[in-house]
Amino acid sequence: MNAPRSAVPNRENSTSSRGCEKPFGNGHDPSLSPVSMPNGKLFTAEMGNSQRVKSLPGISTSDGDLDERIEQYRQTATEVRRDIVEMVYAAQSGHPGGSLSAVEYLLWLYNEELNVDPENPDDPDRDRLVYSKGHACPVLYALLDRYDFVDVDPNEEFRRLGGALPGHSSPKVPGVEFPSGSLGQGLSYANGQSMGADFDDRDYDVYAILGDGETQEGNIWEAAMSAGEKGLDVVAIVDRNKKQNDLPVAETMEIDPLDEKFEAFGWDVWEVDGHDFESIAAAFEEINETDGPRLLIANTVKGHPIDFMEAQPNGYHAGALTDDEFETALEELGFDPATVEVTTK
Amino acid sequence: MSEKISTRNGFGNGLLREAEEREDFIVMDADLAKSTRGGWFRDEYPERWINTGISEQDLFATAAGIAETGRPVFANTFAIFSERGFEQVRQQIARPKRNVTVVGSHAGVITGEDGPSAQTIEDISAYRGLPNLRVISPADAVEANALVTALADDDDPAYLRLIRESVPVIHDEDEYEPEIGKGEILREGEDVTLIAHGAMVHVVQEAAEVLADDGIDARVINMSTIKPLDEELVVESAEKTGAILTAEDHNIYGGLGSAVAEVLSEQHPTPMKRIGVEDEFGTSGNGLDLYEYYGFTGEEIAEAAKGLIA
Repeated sequence: MNAPRSAVPNRENSTSSRGCEKPFGNGHDPSLSPVSMPNGKLFTAEMGNSQRVKSLPGISTSDGDLDERIEQYRQTATEVRRDIVEMVYAAQSGHPGGSLSAVEYLLWLYNEELNVDPENPDDPDRDRLVYSKGHACPVLYALLDRYDFVDVDPNEEFRRLGGALPGHSSPKVPGVEFPSGSLGQGLSYANGQSMGADFDDRDYDVYAILGDGETQEGNIWEAAMSAGEKGLDVVAIVDRNKKQNDLPVAETMEIDPLDEKFEAFGWDVWEVDGHDFESIAAAFEEINETDGPRLLIANTVKGHPIDFMEAQPNGYHAGALTDDEFETALEELGFDPATVEVTTK
Repeated sequence: MSEKISTRNGFGNGLLREAEEREDFIVMDADLAKSTRGGWFRDEYPERWINTGISEQDLFATAAGIAETGRPVFANTFAIFSERGFEQVRQQIARPKRNVTVVGSHAGVITGEDGPSAQTIEDISAYRGLPNLRVISPADAVEANALVTALADDDDPAYLRLIRESVPVIHDEDEYEPEIGKGEILREGEDVTLIAHGAMVHVVQEAAEVLADDGIDARVINMSTIKPLDEELVVESAEKTGAILTAEDHNIYGGLGSAVAEVLSEQHPTPMKRIGVEDEFGTSGNGLDLYEYYGFTGEEIAEAAKGLIA
């Protein structure tokens, strides 16, 4: 299989002419293109203070320097992982593996990038988070619960008849942007919302979160082509956890070299350790300095950091945690199972 | 009934007419703007027209994203190719009730020479199965034109079925106002009710003339909204005339005939006959010749109606 590729933006492709009468986006300024990275190395550039720090309830981002914030996010990440495990155990079904791989970059987005308001979740000027890998919604629900978008107990509502939190994330849930459950459609949807910003002269940002297996869907490449050709302002994150429903991605339908494929479609690409906040911070410092279609490949581990999940060929894609697995997972996350009370379905 | 205009032309003119009234709606095409008449809008309002290229999945999912931001969208392609993005229509348009009109032009065997690959005979059946999605097949260009306003004004999603071939104009454009969800009684009669949509409406009007010559008084209904079906009018017609014939350029399975049969079998069992394509794919040929081939003529439908009331 191909070795991990570095982030090497292709400036010529990014500034290619557009076939539309009205160019979308703000136009791509090649002087703002991200720096090239040495082959085979993950992004670890020096960090600076994010220019787009937002405050949300639960976690303060207005105080302290970046190191302090990141230390806080690390602690929160562990708590979010506990919430994921509890939610799936309580429902006796769901998708823990791809939820656990998505914690860090989602925490970063909610705390540092997204301009969203739980008091006004449908604000037309809000940033859009299109969570296309919506089977892995326990992590999203855990965050929406933490930031008071939802006012129910996820352990009692997730995947239950009449519950507020459906098995795949849906706009019926406050703070959820996108009707998920069928892979491959979120990037087109995000493109449409980006076009909407241009039509209405609004300056909200649009983020699309895709699974790596999801990029096997043809619709992803239709959307990648459209965003590149039209110069749409969209930031996509591919959760590169390298496992999918049945087997590892490489044993199913290899998607590498993902960076080169997106670059060929006119995207700028960054690649980071998706569990490392410093790397995520550094990448977003550059991503926020440019525009047009931008891809962040987040190299993650499906099921992280729970050993028995990581060990499965599909990274514990979906399933009902047994009592023993639940206890083991809590212990691996550093929690005493005796202090946790969860009623299963 | 002398003037003949295709419903796709009515739709194209409707987009231009509506654009003079409101500036918000977006029109999209997937490399078939010349044929869908989205190209007429493109030529006048290029800043509000989007071409996705030959990618129907992207077309409908992008349309849904635009609609989420508050703008009505008309997303156009051939009816058959809209099925390529069927699941995007289901997940992104019908489920969250986005204000997108899925515009499928060139529907039915009347599409003609391009043959079975282009002649969708299953689209109504497919789209009728989606909750929240209205299914509408206008009878003439005047109706198609007026529907642009009704569909842009209403927040709910819809599938709009259009045809390529020119067909007689049956409405007065100065007086006609469409009412989605309501059947339109075009002719009163006591002996049998003929219900049709799209290009078959004028064919059953011809059948009613043939029947009249034989002393049979047929009620004629333009049932352009196939979903939600005007159940009240169907049942009332059954009670009044005692026999129902449906006619459509579509498979007899799953279309208007099925919808009417579902209502009657539960609410007012009535002798009925479904005219349509009898579960076979189409074939190449001139569209109007194909109507002769399939028996979609006034004479043959009149014969079928006589069989119902004999």
